[in-house]
Amino acid sequence: MRLHITKTPKCYVGGSFIRSEGGRVAPLCDAKGTFFANIPLCTRKDLRNAVEAAAKAGPNWAGRSAYNRGQILYRLAEMLEARTPEMTEAILIGGGSRAKANREVVASIDRIVHYAGWTDKFPALLGSVNPVASSHFNFTVTEPMGIIGIIAPDDVPLLGLVSLVLPAITGGNSVVTLASNKQPYPAILLGEMLATSDLPGGVVNLLTGQRDELIPTFASHAHLRGVTAVADLVERQALQNGAADSVKRLKLIAVEDPMDWYSESAQGLYEIRDHLELKTTWHPIGG
Amino acid sequence: MRNSLGLRSLIEEIGGVDQVGIDERVAKYATRSIKKHAKVFGLKLATTMVDLTTLEGKDTPGKVASLCQKALRPHDDSDIPPTAAVCVYPAMVKHAAKLLKGTSVKIASVATAFPSGQSSLKIRLAEVRAAVSDGADEIDMVINRGAFLAGELARVQDEISAVLEACGEATLKVILETSELETYDNIRAASFLAMRVLRPGDFIKTSTGKTSANATLGNNQVMLEAIRDHFLATGVEIAMKPAGGIRTAKEALHFLVAVKETLGDAWLNQDRYRFGASALLNDLVRQMVKEKTGVYQAPYTFSESTTAY
Repeated sequence: MRLHITKTPKCYVGGSFIRSEGGRVAPLCDAKGTFFANIPLCTRKDLRNAVEAAAKAGPNWAGRSAYNRGQILYRLAEMLEARTPEMTEAILIGGGSRAKANREVVASIDRIVHYAGWTDKFPALLGSVNPVASSHFNFTVTEPMGIIGIIAPDDVPLLGLVSLVLPAITGGNSVVTLASNKQPYPAILLGEMLATSDLPGGVVNLLTGQRDELIPTFASHAHLRGVTAVADLVERQALQNGAADSVKRLKLIAVEDPMDWYSESAQGLYEIRDHLELKTTWHPIGG
Repeated sequence: MRNSLGLRSLIEEIGGVDQVGIDERVAKYATRSIKKHAKVFGLKLATTMVDLTTLEGKDTPGKVASLCQKALRPHDDSDIPPTAAVCVYPAMVKHAAKLLKGTSVKIASVATAFPSGQSSLKIRLAEVRAAVSDGADEIDMVINRGAFLAGELARVQDEISAVLEACGEATLKVILETSELETYDNIRAASFLAMRVLRPGDFIKTSTGKTSANATLGNNQVMLEAIRDHFLATGVEIAMKPAGGIRTAKEALHFLVAVKETLGDAWLNQDRYRFGASALLNDLVRQMVKEKTGVYQAPYTFSESTTAY
Protein backbone atom coordinates (compact mmCIF):
# COMPACT_ATOMS: atom_id res chain seq x y z
CA MET A 1 0.00 0.00 0.00
CA ARG A 2 1.28 3.42 -0.90
CA LEU A 3 1.35 6.22 1.65
CA HIS A 4 -0.84 9.14 0.59
CA ILE A 5 1.18 12.32 0.03
CA THR A 6 -0.60 15.18 1.75
CA LYS A 7 -0.03 18.75 0.64
CA THR A 8 1.23 21.60 2.81
CA PRO A 9 -0.79 24.63 1.76
CA LYS A 10 1.38 27.72 1.42
CA CYS A 11 0.68 31.35 0.72
CA TYR A 12 1.75 32.95 -2.56
CA VAL A 13 3.83 36.05 -1.79
CA GLY A 14 6.37 37.81 -4.00
CA GLY A 15 6.26 35.01 -6.55
CA SER A 16 7.21 32.28 -4.08
CA PHE A 17 5.31 30.03 -1.74
CA ILE A 18 5.82 30.90 1.91
CA ARG A 19 4.79 29.54 5.26
CA SER A 20 3.71 32.11 7.80
CA GLU A 21 6.67 33.99 9.31
CA GLY A 22 5.33 33.13 12.78
CA GLY A 23 5.02 29.45 11.88
CA ARG A 24 1.45 29.25 13.17
CA VAL A 25 -1.19 27.25 11.35
CA ALA A 26 -4.90 26.57 11.79
CA PRO A 27 -6.49 23.25 10.94
CA LEU A 28 -8.95 23.36 8.05
CA CYS A 29 -11.74 20.77 8.11
CA ASP A 30 -14.14 19.95 5.32
CA ALA A 31 -17.90 20.34 5.63
CA LYS A 32 -18.19 16.95 7.33
CA GLY A 33 -15.63 17.89 9.96
CA THR A 34 -12.81 15.73 8.61
CA PHE A 35 -9.34 17.25 8.86
CA PHE A 36 -8.13 18.47 5.47
CA ALA A 37 -4.94 20.50 5.95
CA ASN A 38 -3.17 23.06 8.11
CA ILE A 39 -3.54 26.57 6.72
CA PRO A 40 -0.90 29.20 7.54
CA LEU A 41 -1.97 31.94 9.93
CA CYS A 42 -0.14 34.92 8.53
CA THR A 43 0.97 37.66 10.89
CA ARG A 44 1.16 41.41 10.41
CA LYS A 45 4.85 40.85 9.67
CA ASP A 46 3.84 38.62 6.76
CA LEU A 47 1.51 41.39 5.63
CA ARG A 48 4.35 43.87 5.78
CA ASN A 49 6.61 41.57 3.80
CA ALA A 50 3.86 41.10 1.22
CA VAL A 51 3.57 44.88 0.88
CA GLU A 52 7.32 45.07 0.26
CA ALA A 53 6.98 42.39 -2.42
CA ALA A 54 4.07 44.25 -4.01
CA ALA A 55 6.10 47.48 -4.00
CA LYS A 56 8.94 45.75 -5.79
CA ALA A 57 6.68 44.28 -8.47
CA GLY A 58 4.45 47.30 -8.97
CA PRO A 59 6.46 49.63 -11.21
CA ASN A 60 7.27 46.89 -13.72
CA TRP A 61 3.65 45.74 -13.86
CA ALA A 62 2.31 49.25 -14.26
CA GLY A 63 4.89 49.96 -16.95
CA ARG A 64 3.98 47.02 -19.16
CA SER A 65 1.88 47.67 -22.21
CA ALA A 66 -1.86 47.30 -21.79
CA TYR A 67 -1.80 44.65 -24.47
CA ASN A 68 0.76 42.60 -22.55
CA ARG A 69 -1.19 42.89 -19.28
CA GLY A 70 -4.26 41.66 -21.11
CA GLN A 71 -2.39 38.67 -22.49
CA ILE A 72 -1.13 37.75 -19.05
CA LEU A 73 -4.57 37.97 -17.46
CA TYR A 74 -6.00 35.84 -20.25
CA ARG A 75 -3.25 33.33 -19.57
CA LEU A 76 -4.43 33.19 -15.96
CA ALA A 77 -7.88 32.25 -17.20
CA GLU A 78 -6.27 29.49 -19.30
CA MET A 79 -4.52 28.11 -16.23
CA LEU A 80 -7.73 28.08 -14.21
CA GLU A 81 -9.73 26.52 -17.06
CA ALA A 82 -7.28 23.62 -17.28
CA ARG A 83 -7.56 22.95 -13.56
CA THR A 84 -11.32 23.44 -13.23
CA PRO A 85 -11.97 19.99 -11.64
CA GLU A 86 -9.27 20.57 -9.01
CA MET A 87 -10.61 24.02 -8.17
CA THR A 88 -14.15 22.63 -7.98
CA GLU A 89 -12.96 20.10 -5.40
CA ALA A 90 -11.25 22.90 -3.48
CA ILE A 91 -14.52 24.82 -3.25
CA LEU A 92 -16.40 21.65 -2.29
CA ILE A 93 -14.29 21.39 0.88
CA GLY A 94 -16.51 24.17 2.20
CA GLY A 95 -19.66 22.16 1.41
CA GLY A 96 -22.46 22.82 -1.05
CA SER A 97 -23.28 21.05 -4.25
CA ARG A 98 -20.85 20.12 -6.98
CA ALA A 99 -22.92 22.01 -9.55
CA LYS A 100 -22.73 25.18 -7.47
CA ALA A 101 -18.98 24.84 -6.98
CA ASN A 102 -18.49 24.28 -10.68
CA ARG A 103 -20.61 27.32 -11.45
CA GLU A 104 -18.38 29.43 -9.22
CA VAL A 105 -15.22 28.27 -11.02
CA VAL A 106 -16.70 28.93 -14.46
CA ALA A 107 -17.93 32.36 -13.40
CA SER A 108 -14.43 33.14 -12.05
CA ILE A 109 -12.82 32.17 -15.35
CA ASP A 110 -15.27 34.35 -17.23
CA ARG A 111 -14.56 37.22 -14.88
CA ILE A 112 -10.82 36.98 -15.50
CA VAL A 113 -11.39 36.99 -19.26
CA HIS A 114 -13.71 39.98 -18.83
CA TYR A 115 -10.94 42.01 -17.19
CA ALA A 116 -8.30 40.71 -19.61
CA GLY A 117 -10.31 42.45 -22.31
CA TRP A 118 -10.43 45.73 -20.39
CA THR A 119 -6.71 46.42 -20.02
CA ASP A 120 -6.31 48.32 -23.30
CA LYS A 121 -9.75 49.92 -23.25
CA PHE A 122 -10.27 51.56 -19.88
CA PRO A 123 -7.60 54.29 -20.39
CA ALA A 124 -9.51 55.61 -23.40
CA LEU A 125 -12.85 55.56 -21.58
CA LEU A 126 -11.70 57.02 -18.26
CA GLY A 127 -9.18 59.50 -19.64
CA SER A 128 -10.27 62.62 -21.48
CA VAL A 129 -9.25 65.71 -23.37
CA ASN A 130 -10.82 68.62 -21.51
CA PRO A 131 -12.03 71.88 -23.07
CA VAL A 132 -10.46 74.83 -21.23
CA ALA A 133 -10.79 78.59 -21.74
CA SER A 134 -7.09 79.30 -22.18
CA SER A 135 -4.38 78.35 -24.62
CA HIS A 136 -3.69 75.01 -23.01
CA PHE A 137 -4.01 71.47 -24.17
CA ASN A 138 -5.66 69.93 -21.14
CA PHE A 139 -5.94 66.20 -20.75
CA THR A 140 -6.60 63.63 -18.05
CA VAL A 141 -4.96 60.24 -17.86
CA THR A 142 -5.37 57.34 -15.46
CA GLU A 143 -2.62 56.11 -13.18
CA PRO A 144 -2.57 53.12 -10.85
CA MET A 145 -2.91 54.00 -7.16
CA GLY A 146 -0.07 51.75 -6.06
CA ILE A 147 -0.48 48.89 -3.63
CA ILE A 148 -4.05 47.89 -2.85
CA GLY A 149 -5.10 45.80 0.13
CA ILE A 150 -7.98 43.44 -0.52
CA ILE A 151 -10.02 41.61 2.09
CA ALA A 152 -12.07 38.92 0.41
CA PRO A 153 -15.54 37.70 1.39
CA ASP A 154 -16.12 34.39 3.17
CA ASP A 155 -19.07 33.01 1.28
CA VAL A 156 -17.90 32.78 -2.34
CA PRO A 157 -14.22 32.15 -1.70
CA LEU A 158 -12.98 32.10 -5.30
CA LEU A 159 -15.35 34.33 -7.24
CA GLY A 160 -15.41 36.97 -4.51
CA LEU A 161 -11.63 37.09 -4.42
CA VAL A 162 -11.24 37.15 -8.20
CA SER A 163 -13.88 39.86 -8.53
CA LEU A 164 -11.95 42.13 -6.16
CA VAL A 165 -8.39 41.35 -7.25
CA LEU A 166 -8.83 41.51 -11.02
CA PRO A 167 -10.07 45.09 -11.40
CA ALA A 168 -7.20 46.31 -9.22
CA ILE A 169 -4.45 44.57 -11.20
CA THR A 170 -6.11 45.39 -14.51
CA GLY A 171 -5.44 49.04 -13.73
CA GLY A 172 -1.76 48.38 -13.06
CA ASN A 173 -1.87 48.15 -9.28
CA SER A 174 -0.29 45.39 -7.24
CA VAL A 175 -2.35 43.80 -4.48
CA VAL A 176 -2.02 42.19 -1.09
CA THR A 177 -5.02 40.01 -0.44
CA LEU A 178 -6.41 38.37 2.65
CA ALA A 179 -8.29 35.29 1.51
CA SER A 180 -11.56 33.98 2.94
CA ASN A 181 -11.10 32.97 6.55
CA LYS A 182 -13.56 30.08 6.43
CA GLN A 183 -12.56 28.72 3.03
CA PRO A 184 -8.95 29.64 2.36
CA TYR A 185 -8.05 26.68 0.21
CA PRO A 186 -9.32 27.98 -3.17
CA ALA A 187 -7.06 31.02 -2.72
CA ILE A 188 -4.07 28.77 -1.99
CA LEU A 189 -4.83 26.87 -5.20
CA LEU A 190 -5.30 30.12 -7.12
CA GLY A 191 -1.79 31.10 -5.99
CA GLU A 192 -0.41 28.04 -7.74
CA MET A 193 -2.17 29.10 -10.93
CA LEU A 194 -0.93 32.68 -10.61
CA ALA A 195 2.60 31.30 -10.36
CA THR A 196 2.24 29.64 -13.78
CA SER A 197 0.34 32.43 -15.49
CA ASP A 198 3.23 34.75 -16.52
CA LEU A 199 1.97 37.26 -13.97
CA PRO A 200 5.18 38.75 -12.50
CA GLY A 201 5.78 37.59 -8.93
CA GLY A 202 4.59 40.09 -6.33
CA VAL A 203 1.76 41.63 -8.36
CA VAL A 204 -0.75 39.45 -6.53
CA ASN A 205 0.10 38.34 -3.01
CA LEU A 206 -2.31 36.01 -1.25
CA LEU A 207 -2.32 35.69 2.52
CA THR A 208 -4.41 33.47 4.76
CA GLY A 209 -5.06 34.19 8.41
CA GLN A 210 -7.33 35.70 11.04
CA ARG A 211 -9.20 38.78 9.93
CA ASP A 212 -9.15 40.43 13.36
CA GLU A 213 -5.34 40.06 13.55
CA LEU A 214 -4.65 41.52 10.12
CA ILE A 215 -7.34 44.14 9.51
CA PRO A 216 -5.81 46.76 11.86
CA THR A 217 -2.53 46.52 9.92
CA PHE A 218 -4.34 46.70 6.57
CA ALA A 219 -5.97 49.86 7.90
CA SER A 220 -2.88 51.56 9.28
CA HIS A 221 -0.08 50.52 6.89
CA ALA A 222 0.82 53.76 5.14
CA HIS A 223 2.28 52.05 2.09
CA LEU A 224 -1.10 50.58 1.08
CA ARG A 225 -2.75 53.28 -0.99
CA GLY A 226 -6.20 51.77 -0.93
CA VAL A 227 -8.15 48.99 0.71
CA THR A 228 -11.12 47.18 -0.76
CA ALA A 229 -12.87 45.04 1.81
CA VAL A 230 -15.94 42.96 2.36
CA ALA A 231 -16.33 43.64 6.06
CA ASP A 232 -18.74 43.74 8.98
CA LEU A 233 -19.56 46.87 10.96
CA VAL A 234 -16.73 46.59 13.49
CA GLU A 235 -14.17 45.85 10.77
CA ARG A 236 -15.42 48.75 8.68
CA GLN A 237 -14.96 51.13 11.58
CA ALA A 238 -11.42 49.83 12.18
CA LEU A 239 -10.63 50.29 8.48
CA GLN A 240 -12.12 53.79 8.41
CA ASN A 241 -10.13 54.91 11.45
CA GLY A 242 -6.85 53.52 10.11
CA ALA A 243 -7.46 54.81 6.60
CA ALA A 244 -8.17 58.30 7.91
CA ASP A 245 -4.79 58.32 9.68
CA SER A 246 -2.83 56.97 6.75
CA VAL A 247 -4.89 58.83 4.11
CA LYS A 248 -5.86 55.92 1.91
CA ARG A 249 -8.86 55.24 -0.27
CA LEU A 250 -11.41 52.78 1.02
CA LYS A 251 -13.98 50.76 -0.84
CA LEU A 252 -16.17 48.99 1.68
CA ILE A 253 -18.75 46.35 0.88
CA ALA A 254 -20.96 45.59 3.86
CA VAL A 255 -21.02 41.89 4.59
CA GLU A 256 -24.63 42.15 5.82
CA ASP A 257 -25.85 43.49 2.45
CA PRO A 258 -26.52 40.61 0.09
CA MET A 259 -24.09 40.82 -2.84
CA ASP A 260 -24.63 38.87 -6.03
CA TRP A 261 -21.09 38.11 -7.14
CA TYR A 262 -22.36 36.32 -10.24
CA SER A 263 -24.19 39.34 -11.55
CA GLU A 264 -22.97 41.54 -14.40
CA SER A 265 -23.02 44.44 -11.97
CA ALA A 266 -20.17 42.86 -9.97
CA GLN A 267 -17.77 43.54 -12.82
CA GLY A 268 -16.92 46.29 -15.25
CA LEU A 269 -15.27 49.61 -15.89
CA TYR A 270 -16.30 51.27 -12.64
CA GLU A 271 -14.69 48.53 -10.58
CA ILE A 272 -11.44 49.34 -12.40
CA ARG A 273 -11.93 53.08 -11.86
CA ASP A 274 -12.19 52.53 -8.10
CA HIS A 275 -8.49 51.63 -8.08
CA LEU A 276 -7.17 54.43 -10.27
CA GLU A 277 -6.03 57.98 -9.75
CA LEU A 278 -6.71 60.59 -12.42
CA LYS A 279 -3.94 62.96 -13.40
CA THR A 280 -4.75 66.14 -15.30
CA THR A 281 -2.06 67.94 -17.25
CA TRP A 282 -2.11 71.51 -18.55
CA HIS A 283 0.14 71.75 -21.57
CA PRO A 284 0.74 75.23 -23.06
CA ILE A 285 -0.01 75.57 -26.76
CA GLY A 286 0.55 78.29 -29.34
CA GLY A 287 2.65 81.39 -28.80
CA MET B 1 61.72 42.63 5.10
CA ARG B 2 59.02 40.40 6.50
CA ASN B 3 56.43 41.37 3.90
CA SER B 4 58.62 40.75 0.92
CA LEU B 5 58.45 37.05 1.75
CA GLY B 6 55.11 37.12 0.05
CA LEU B 7 51.49 36.44 0.71
CA ARG B 8 51.85 32.85 1.80
CA SER B 9 54.32 33.54 4.57
CA LEU B 10 52.17 36.44 5.79
CA ILE B 11 49.13 34.16 5.99
CA GLU B 12 51.21 31.55 7.82
CA GLU B 13 52.25 34.18 10.31
CA ILE B 14 48.80 35.64 11.04
CA GLY B 15 46.89 32.38 10.65
CA GLY B 16 44.40 31.46 7.96
CA VAL B 17 40.61 31.71 8.05
CA ASP B 18 38.23 28.79 8.56
CA GLN B 19 35.79 29.68 5.79
CA VAL B 20 33.10 27.16 6.75
CA GLY B 21 33.32 28.24 10.38
CA ILE B 22 32.97 31.94 9.50
CA ASP B 23 29.99 31.33 7.21
CA GLU B 24 28.27 29.23 9.84
CA ARG B 25 28.93 31.78 12.56
CA VAL B 26 27.60 34.76 10.58
CA ALA B 27 24.49 32.83 9.55
CA LYS B 28 23.60 32.73 13.26
CA TYR B 29 23.80 36.52 13.58
CA ALA B 30 20.66 36.87 11.50
CA THR B 31 18.71 34.73 13.98
CA ARG B 32 19.14 36.95 17.05
CA SER B 33 15.84 38.29 18.32
CA ILE B 34 16.14 42.04 18.74
CA LYS B 35 12.91 43.65 19.87
CA LYS B 36 11.53 46.89 21.28
CA HIS B 37 14.08 48.84 23.34
CA ALA B 38 17.07 46.93 22.01
CA LYS B 39 15.84 47.48 18.47
CA VAL B 40 15.32 51.21 18.95
CA PHE B 41 18.77 51.42 20.56
CA GLY B 42 20.29 49.55 17.63
CA LEU B 43 18.52 51.67 15.02
CA LYS B 44 19.64 54.90 16.68
CA LEU B 45 23.18 53.63 17.07
CA ALA B 46 23.30 52.54 13.43
CA THR B 47 22.08 56.01 12.38
CA THR B 48 24.96 57.66 14.24
CA MET B 49 27.34 55.29 12.41
CA VAL B 50 26.20 56.05 8.87
CA ASP B 51 28.64 57.65 6.44
CA LEU B 52 25.94 59.07 4.20
CA THR B 53 27.39 58.55 0.77
CA THR B 54 26.95 59.86 -2.72
CA LEU B 55 29.59 58.78 -5.21
CA GLU B 56 28.17 59.28 -8.66
CA GLY B 57 29.29 61.01 -11.80
CA LYS B 58 26.10 63.06 -11.66
CA ASP B 59 26.78 64.55 -8.21
CA THR B 60 26.27 68.30 -8.11
CA PRO B 61 26.91 70.89 -5.41
CA GLY B 62 23.14 71.06 -4.94
CA LYS B 63 22.80 67.35 -4.44
CA VAL B 64 25.68 67.34 -1.96
CA ALA B 65 24.06 70.22 -0.10
CA SER B 66 20.80 68.32 0.33
CA LEU B 67 22.77 65.26 1.40
CA CYS B 68 24.48 67.36 4.08
CA GLN B 69 21.16 68.67 5.34
CA LYS B 70 19.88 65.14 5.53
CA ALA B 71 22.97 64.00 7.45
CA LEU B 72 22.49 66.83 9.95
CA ARG B 73 18.77 66.26 10.39
CA PRO B 74 17.64 62.91 8.98
CA HIS B 75 14.01 63.49 10.01
CA ASP B 76 11.67 66.08 11.54
CA ASP B 77 11.81 64.11 14.77
CA SER B 78 14.71 65.57 16.77
CA ASP B 79 15.11 62.26 18.65
CA ILE B 80 16.71 60.88 15.52
CA PRO B 81 20.42 61.72 15.69
CA PRO B 82 22.62 63.07 12.90
CA THR B 83 24.82 60.66 10.97
CA ALA B 84 28.55 60.28 11.54
CA ALA B 85 29.69 61.77 8.26
CA VAL B 86 28.95 62.41 4.62
CA CYS B 87 31.14 60.70 2.06
CA VAL B 88 31.71 62.45 -1.27
CA TYR B 89 34.18 62.75 -4.13
CA PRO B 90 37.12 65.16 -3.59
CA ALA B 91 35.64 67.77 -5.93
CA MET B 92 32.56 67.99 -3.69
CA VAL B 93 34.42 68.40 -0.37
CA LYS B 94 34.46 72.19 -0.49
CA HIS B 95 30.69 72.27 -1.10
CA ALA B 96 30.06 69.98 1.85
CA ALA B 97 32.47 71.98 4.02
CA LYS B 98 30.30 75.11 3.67
CA LEU B 99 27.45 73.35 5.45
CA LEU B 100 29.22 70.96 7.79
CA LYS B 101 32.19 72.82 9.27
CA GLY B 102 31.55 73.30 12.95
CA THR B 103 28.91 70.58 13.15
CA SER B 104 29.18 67.05 14.51
CA VAL B 105 28.93 65.60 11.00
CA LYS B 106 32.35 64.93 9.51
CA ILE B 107 33.33 65.15 5.87
CA ALA B 108 34.77 62.02 4.39
CA SER B 109 36.18 61.94 0.89
CA VAL B 110 37.21 59.05 -1.26
CA ALA B 111 40.57 59.72 -2.84
CA THR B 112 43.47 57.86 -4.49
CA ALA B 113 41.83 57.35 -7.89
CA PHE B 114 38.71 55.79 -6.38
CA PRO B 115 37.37 53.19 -7.11
CA SER B 116 40.08 51.39 -9.08
CA GLY B 117 43.20 52.99 -7.60
CA GLN B 118 44.84 52.56 -10.98
CA SER B 119 46.82 55.74 -11.18
CA SER B 120 50.35 56.79 -10.33
CA LEU B 121 51.16 57.20 -6.65
CA LYS B 122 52.05 60.84 -7.19
CA ILE B 123 48.59 61.65 -8.54
CA ARG B 124 46.88 59.65 -5.81
CA LEU B 125 48.77 61.50 -3.08
CA ALA B 126 48.04 64.85 -4.68
CA GLU B 127 44.35 63.97 -4.63
CA VAL B 128 44.51 63.15 -0.92
CA ARG B 129 46.27 66.43 -0.11
CA ALA B 130 43.74 68.40 -2.16
CA ALA B 131 40.81 66.78 -0.36
CA VAL B 132 42.34 67.42 3.06
CA SER B 133 43.11 71.05 2.25
CA ASP B 134 39.53 71.53 1.02
CA GLY B 135 38.32 70.44 4.44
CA ALA B 136 37.99 66.63 4.47
CA ASP B 137 38.16 65.17 8.01
CA GLU B 138 38.47 61.63 6.76
CA ILE B 139 40.00 60.06 3.66
CA ASP B 140 38.79 56.79 2.16
CA MET B 141 41.62 55.29 0.11
CA VAL B 142 41.66 52.16 -2.03
CA ILE B 143 44.56 49.73 -1.81
CA ASN B 144 46.44 48.69 -4.89
CA ARG B 145 44.74 45.33 -5.50
CA GLY B 146 46.79 44.71 -8.60
CA ALA B 147 49.97 44.90 -6.54
CA PHE B 148 48.46 42.84 -3.73
CA LEU B 149 47.42 40.00 -6.00
CA ALA B 150 50.78 40.13 -7.78
CA GLY B 151 52.41 39.52 -4.40
CA GLU B 152 53.97 42.97 -4.04
CA LEU B 153 52.89 43.30 -0.44
CA ALA B 154 55.59 45.72 0.58
CA ARG B 155 54.50 48.06 -2.16
CA VAL B 156 50.88 47.94 -1.00
CA GLN B 157 51.97 48.72 2.53
CA ASP B 158 54.34 51.50 1.50
CA GLU B 159 51.56 53.14 -0.47
CA ILE B 160 49.26 53.04 2.54
CA SER B 161 52.02 54.65 4.61
CA ALA B 162 52.49 57.34 2.00
CA VAL B 163 48.75 58.13 1.93
CA LEU B 164 48.71 58.15 5.72
CA GLU B 165 51.42 60.78 5.71
CA ALA B 166 49.51 62.84 3.13
CA CYS B 167 46.41 62.68 5.35
CA GLY B 168 48.03 64.62 8.15
CA GLU B 169 45.41 64.99 10.88
CA ALA B 170 42.65 63.40 8.83
CA THR B 171 41.43 59.91 9.70
CA LEU B 172 42.30 57.29 7.10
CA LYS B 173 40.02 54.51 5.94
CA VAL B 174 41.68 51.80 3.90
CA ILE B 175 39.37 50.11 1.40
CA LEU B 176 40.47 46.53 0.78
CA GLU B 177 37.81 45.92 -1.93
CA THR B 178 37.10 42.45 -0.59
CA SER B 179 35.26 41.34 -3.71
CA GLU B 180 38.52 41.58 -5.67
CA LEU B 181 40.61 39.75 -3.09
CA GLU B 182 38.86 36.44 -3.81
CA THR B 183 39.37 34.57 -0.51
CA TYR B 184 38.90 35.13 3.23
CA ASP B 185 42.61 34.38 3.70
CA ASN B 186 43.49 37.25 1.39
CA ILE B 187 41.05 39.57 3.18
CA ARG B 188 42.67 38.76 6.50
CA ALA B 189 46.14 39.22 5.06
CA ALA B 190 45.22 42.58 3.50
CA SER B 191 43.64 43.67 6.80
CA PHE B 192 46.88 42.96 8.68
CA LEU B 193 48.95 44.60 5.99
CA ALA B 194 46.95 47.81 6.46
CA MET B 195 46.56 47.64 10.24
CA ARG B 196 50.31 47.33 10.83
CA VAL B 197 50.87 50.83 9.50
CA LEU B 198 47.63 52.50 10.61
CA ARG B 199 47.25 54.73 13.66
CA PRO B 200 44.73 53.91 16.41
CA GLY B 201 41.29 55.08 15.24
CA ASP B 202 42.00 54.65 11.54
CA PHE B 203 39.66 52.36 9.66
CA ILE B 204 39.78 49.34 7.44
CA LYS B 205 36.84 49.21 5.04
CA THR B 206 35.34 46.38 2.99
CA SER B 207 34.40 47.78 -0.38
CA THR B 208 34.06 50.68 -2.72
CA GLY B 209 30.44 49.83 -3.47
CA LYS B 210 31.36 50.02 -7.15
CA THR B 211 31.76 46.30 -7.82
CA SER B 212 29.12 43.59 -8.03
CA ALA B 213 29.85 42.09 -4.60
CA ASN B 214 29.78 44.34 -1.58
CA ALA B 215 30.02 44.13 2.19
CA THR B 216 28.77 40.82 3.51
CA LEU B 217 28.51 39.54 7.06
CA GLY B 218 31.21 37.02 6.10
CA ASN B 219 33.95 39.43 5.05
CA ASN B 220 32.89 41.84 7.81
CA GLN B 221 33.49 39.03 10.29
CA VAL B 222 36.90 38.17 8.87
CA MET B 223 37.95 41.80 9.22
CA LEU B 224 36.48 42.16 12.73
CA GLU B 225 38.44 39.11 13.85
CA ALA B 226 41.58 40.53 12.26
CA ILE B 227 41.00 43.76 14.22
CA ARG B 228 40.51 41.75 17.41
CA ASP B 229 43.67 39.68 16.88
CA HIS B 230 45.68 42.78 16.04
CA PHE B 231 44.34 44.54 19.13
CA LEU B 232 45.18 41.60 21.39
CA ALA B 233 48.69 41.44 19.96
CA THR B 234 49.53 45.14 19.89
CA GLY B 235 46.87 47.05 21.84
CA VAL B 236 46.14 49.20 18.78
CA GLU B 237 42.42 49.84 18.26
CA ILE B 238 41.59 49.86 14.57
CA ALA B 239 38.06 50.83 13.46
CA MET B 240 35.91 49.12 10.85
CA LYS B 241 33.64 50.26 8.04
CA PRO B 242 31.56 47.90 5.93
CA ALA B 243 30.32 49.65 2.81
CA GLY B 244 28.04 48.94 -0.11
CA GLY B 245 24.99 46.72 -0.28
CA ILE B 246 23.67 47.37 3.23
CA ARG B 247 20.26 48.79 2.41
CA THR B 248 17.90 47.75 5.18
CA ALA B 249 17.80 48.48 8.88
CA LYS B 250 17.56 44.77 9.55
CA GLU B 251 20.86 44.07 7.79
CA ALA B 252 22.48 46.91 9.73
CA LEU B 253 21.34 45.33 13.00
CA HIS B 254 22.89 42.02 11.93
CA PHE B 255 26.21 43.81 11.38
CA LEU B 256 25.94 45.42 14.82
CA VAL B 257 25.36 41.99 16.36
CA ALA B 258 28.60 40.86 14.72
CA VAL B 259 30.47 43.82 16.25
CA LYS B 260 28.96 43.29 19.69
CA GLU B 261 29.77 39.59 19.72
CA THR B 262 33.26 39.86 18.22
CA LEU B 263 34.74 43.10 19.56
CA GLY B 264 32.32 44.08 22.32
CA ASP B 265 30.83 47.38 23.44
CA ALA B 266 34.08 49.32 22.99
CA TRP B 267 33.58 49.16 19.23
CA LEU B 268 29.86 50.03 19.30
CA ASN B 269 30.27 53.72 18.55
CA GLN B 270 30.83 55.93 15.53
CA ASP B 271 34.55 56.30 16.22
CA ARG B 272 35.08 52.55 15.90
CA TYR B 273 32.41 51.41 13.45
CA ARG B 274 30.71 52.99 10.43
CA PHE B 275 28.33 52.02 7.68
CA GLY B 276 29.10 53.30 4.20
CA ALA B 277 25.63 53.59 2.70
CA SER B 278 23.18 55.82 0.89
CA ALA B 279 19.78 54.08 1.03
CA LEU B 280 20.28 52.64 4.53
CA LEU B 281 19.53 55.89 6.35
CA ASN B 282 16.05 56.10 4.81
CA ASP B 283 15.19 52.63 6.05
CA LEU B 284 16.65 53.27 9.52
CA VAL B 285 14.51 56.40 9.87
CA ARG B 286 11.50 54.53 8.51
CA GLN B 287 11.91 51.80 11.12
CA MET B 288 12.44 54.29 13.94
CA VAL B 289 9.25 56.12 12.99
CA LYS B 290 7.49 52.77 12.87
CA GLU B 291 8.72 51.91 16.36
CA LYS B 292 7.52 55.27 17.63
CA THR B 293 4.11 55.38 15.97
CA GLY B 294 3.40 51.66 15.76
CA VAL B 295 2.39 52.12 12.13
CA TYR B 296 4.24 50.78 9.09
CA GLN B 297 5.42 53.68 6.97
CA ALA B 298 5.68 54.05 3.20
CA PRO B 299 9.30 54.28 2.00
CA TYR B 300 8.59 57.28 -0.24
CA THR B 301 7.87 59.34 2.88
CA PHE B 302 11.60 59.20 3.62
CA SER B 303 13.17 59.55 0.20
CA GLU B 304 12.92 61.63 -2.91
CA SER B 305 11.12 58.90 -4.84
CA THR B 306 8.13 60.17 -6.76
CA THR B 307 6.41 56.92 -7.67
CA ALA B 308 3.27 55.65 -6.00
CA TYR B 309 5.10 52.43 -5.20
